[in-house]
Amino acid sequence: MARLDAKIPQGPLADKWTKHKNNIQLVSPANKRLIDVIVVGTGLAGGSAAATLAELGYNVKAFCFQDSPRRAHSIAAQGGINAAKNYQGDGDSVHRLFYDTIKGGDYRSREANVYRLAEVSTNIIDQCVAQGVPFARDYGGLLDNRSFGGVLVSRTFYAKGQTGQQLLLGAYSAMNRQIGRGKIKMYSRHEMMDLVVVDGKARGIITRNLVTGEIERHAAHAVVIASGGYGNLFYLSTNAMGSNVSAAWKIHKKGAYFANPCFTQIHPTCIPVSGDHQSKLTLMSESLRNDGRIWVPKKKEDALAIREGRLKPTDLAEEDRDYYLERRYPAFGNLVPRDVASRAAKERCDAGFGVNKTGEAVFLDFAAAIERYGKEEAHVKGLDENDNALVQKLGKAIVKAKYGNLFQMYEKIVDQNPYETPMMIYPAVHYTMGGVWVDYNLMTTIPGCFAIGEANFSDHGANRLGASALMQGLADGYFVLPYTIGDYLADDIRTGPISTETPEFEAAEQEIRNKIDALMNNKGNKTVDDYHRKLGKIIWNKCGMSRNEAGLKEALAEVRALREDFYKNVTVPGTPDSFNESLAKALRVADFLELGELFAKDALERTESCGGHFREESQSKEGEALRNDDEFTFVSAWEYTGDPGTAKLHKESLSFENVELKTRSYK
Amino acid sequence: MKLTLKIWRQAHATAKGSMQTYQIEDVSPDMSFLEMMDVLNEQLIVQGIEPVAFDHDCREGICGSCSMFINGEAHGPDRLITTCQLHMRKFKDGDTIYIEPFRAKAFPVIKDLVVDRTAFDRIQHAGGFVSVNTSGNTQDANAIPIEKADAEKAFDAATCIGCGACVATCKNASAMLFVSAKVSQFALLPQGQVEATDRVLNMVKQMDEEGFGNCTNTGACEVECPKGISLENIARMNREFLSANVKG
Repeated sequence: MARLDAKIPQGPLADKWTKHKNNIQLVSPANKRLIDVIVVGTGLAGGSAAATLAELGYNVKAFCFQDSPRRAHSIAAQGGINAAKNYQGDGDSVHRLFYDTIKGGDYRSREANVYRLAEVSTNIIDQCVAQGVPFARDYGGLLDNRSFGGVLVSRTFYAKGQTGQQLLLGAYSAMNRQIGRGKIKMYSRHEMMDLVVVDGKARGIITRNLVTGEIERHAAHAVVIASGGYGNLFYLSTNAMGSNVSAAWKIHKKGAYFANPCFTQIHPTCIPVSGDHQSKLTLMSESLRNDGRIWVPKKKEDALAIREGRLKPTDLAEEDRDYYLERRYPAFGNLVPRDVASRAAKERCDAGFGVNKTGEAVFLDFAAAIERYGKEEAHVKGLDENDNALVQKLGKAIVKAKYGNLFQMYEKIVDQNPYETPMMIYPAVHYTMGGVWVDYNLMTTIPGCFAIGEANFSDHGANRLGASALMQGLADGYFVLPYTIGDYLADDIRTGPISTETPEFEAAEQEIRNKIDALMNNKGNKTVDDYHRKLGKIIWNKCGMSRNEAGLKEALAEVRALREDFYKNVTVPGTPDSFNESLAKALRVADFLELGELFAKDALERTESCGGHFREESQSKEGEALRNDDEFTFVSAWEYTGDPGTAKLHKESLSFENVELKTRSYK
Repeated sequence: MKLTLKIWRQAHATAKGSMQTYQIEDVSPDMSFLEMMDVLNEQLIVQGIEPVAFDHDCREGICGSCSMFINGEAHGPDRLITTCQLHMRKFKDGDTIYIEPFRAKAFPVIKDLVVDRTAFDRIQHAGGFVSVNTSGNTQDANAIPIEKADAEKAFDAATCIGCGACVATCKNASAMLFVSAKVSQFALLPQGQVEATDRVLNMVKQMDEEGFGNCTNTGACEVECPKGISLENIARMNREFLSANVKG
C-alpha cells in the first residue's frame, strides 16, 4: 500500500480551504441527476450531508437502523455547538477556535482540517437559524452564548439542554424537504451489512431490512459512512443502545484504514452506575460545570460516613470539602477539559474519597450558584439580599431556567432533588475521537467511500472539546463533503447506473447470508448481551481512563478468547427473516469483538499519554499526562490484514506549522 | 420485587395477537422499566422463548423510540417522562403490570410492542421545514432579532420527540398535538412565515390522509406528553389553518 496521503492543500493555513474549493472539479447540474450517492446514518453528519447532496441534485439513498431518521443519537447531545462568531466580543476568532481545538486535542489532529472546521463554524449558526432552529436568545432578541470546558471565551450556542435535538431536527427537516421532492429515498429500519467494492471503488452496500430480515443490494457511485462512534464497545456508555461500529468496521475490513482507535472520550459528568442491571449511562451536560462546583470530602472518614448514609453532604462544612479541580487547576477550575476532569475524579475515588455506595462518584454542587444568582436577582428586583429563603427561591428559579430539563432527568433517575442536595457524578464513555481514517476530502483509503462526523477520526485529536461534536458533524455534512465529493464524482459522469447484478454484489450478499446462518444455527447457551457485558468489562477495566502495558496485553488476549467463545457458545433466538433484535445485536457485537482487539493493540503501541489516552508509564510527578512528541506526533492508521490482531500500522506524521507544541496546562 | 407482567405478543403485522403472562423476580427499584424488560428478555431467551420486541434506543428520554402503553397509560404512571425514564420504584412488590403497544389505526403493529410510526415522518415530509438551501451564505444569524418569549415558545413546541404518546392516548387517535407542535414552532419564528400557508394546509391534509382521528379537545394528549407540549399549540394551529384557508 502506498504512503498515506492526506492531500492537504498547499499554501497558508487560512487560505487552504478557499483555494481548495476553487481548484476542485465540479459536476454540472445535468450530470448530478445521473449520479447516485448512498449515505449510511442520519445523525447530524449523515442527515445534513443527505439533505445537501440532494439539494445539489444528486440522487441520494439514506439509511438508518432507527424507525425514523429523527432518532439518530445526535438527538441526545445536550450542551451546545461552538462557533467563532464572537458575538460576545470577548476576543474570539476563527484562529482562537482553531487553536483551542488543536490544544484541546493535545496536538494529535491535523492543522488544516481543524482550521477548516473553525472557519465554517460560523456558517453553521447562520444556516441553522435560517432553518428555524430555536436557539436560546437574550432579552434583546439576539443569540445567547455560554462557555464550555477548556476555553476562555463564550462561543457556545445552545437550546437549553437539548441543542443536539434541535440541530438534528433541523437537519431532519432539511432531509424531509428533499424526501418530499423525491430526491432522497429514505430507508429506515435498515442496517448496513457490508460495503461492495467493484474495481477498487466503493459501488454499493448490502443491507438487512430489520422488519422483514430481507437482505438487499443497493448500488451507487459513492458511499458515505456517517454511522457515528463506537463507544458501545464499552457496553456501558452514554451512546444509544443501538449505536454500533458495524458500518465503519465493515469498510475497514474492505480496505479503509482505522485511525487512532484507542482515542476515547470519557466524559466527567455522567450519572454513576447504580447496579449490575445497568444498560446505559446518562450524561449530565458539561454546561453544568459552568455553575456547578465539583468536590469530595477532605477527610476519608467523612467520605465513608456519606457513603453509609450517616452524614449528609449538605451538612459538611466548607473547610472540610476538597474542590479538587479548583485546587489543582486554578486557571480553569471546574472548566478544565473533559479528559483532565475525568482523570481527576478517578484519582480522588481511587484514593478512597468517592461519595456513593460503590465509591465511584463525586459531587457536583449548585448551592453556591443558587446563592449567587439569588442575590443578583434580589438586587436587580430591589429585594432584601440577606433574606436567605428569598435568595434561595430566586436562585433556584434561575438555575431551573438554565438547566431545568437536566435537573429533572437527574431526579427521575436517581430519585434525589439536585436543587436541595448536590448531584453525584462519575465519568463514563461518551465519544470516540478515533475512527475511519480520511484525507482532507473526507475520503477513506477506499476510493469513493467517504466517512463523516464521529465515524471519522479527523478533527479532535486525542481529546474533543465540549460542543465541538455538533460543530464537526454539521460542518462535514453541510459544508465540506458536498464540495469534496464532487471532486471525486466528476470522473464518474460517464459511468452510468451501477448494476447490482455483478459477482461483487453476489459475493458480498452470500457472505452475509452465511454469517447470519452460522449465528442462527449456533445453538449455544449464552446470550448476546452476556458477551457484550463481558467485553465491556474487559475494555473498561484495562483500556479505560488509565492504561498500562500489562493490562493492555491481558485485554488483547481476553478479547480474543471471548471472541472465540462467542462463535462457539452464543445463542440467537427467533428467525432470520423477521424482526429479530437479538440477531441485529449479535451482528453488532461480533464486530465489537474484533474492534476491541485493535483498540487494545493501538493503546499498547502508543506508549505516550495524550488527551484521553493515559498511559500510566508516561506521567509527570504530579500525575499529569506526559506526551512524547518526538516519537508519537503521528496518526496511527491501521490496515486490516485478515485478523485484527495482526493489523498493520501506517503512520501519518503530523506537522505543526502554525502552533507551537506545548505541554497542555490548565493550571 | 416480584412482578406479574401481562404483555401483548404478536408475531408479525398480520398475526393475531394476545396478552401473555410472565413472572419476574429480583426486580430492583433502581432499574428503569426497560432494564426490567431486558431482564425478562434474558430470562426468556434462556428458556427458549422468543424475547419481547420493543422499540428503544437512547434510553434517556429524547429519541422518542420507546413507546409502551403501561397499565392503560402511554409511558406508564409517571408524568413528563418516556418509558425509558420510568423507574421500577413507581411499582410495588407483587404488582401486575399490563404492557401494550401504542395503538392507533395509523400506527400498525410490526411485532409485539413495536409499531410503525412512519406516518409521522410523512406528515413532516409534507411541510415540516423551511425551504432554505444549505449554501452557508444565508444572512447573519443575528440579522433578525427574535423576541426571547417567542423564541422560547418556539423552542418549547420544537421539543416534541415524535414518540406518538399523544396519538396513543387520544380516544380518537388524533395527531393534532404532534402536528401543531411543528406548525407552531415555525409560526412563532420569522423564518417560518414565508411558507406558513402551504405548510399548515399540507401538513393537515397529510395528517388526515394517514388516518388519524379528529380532535375533540379532551386534553388527554397534553397530560401524557413526555415533553409537556401544550394544548395552546393546537389552538395556534387552528388559527393558522383558518387563516390559511381564508387566504386560499
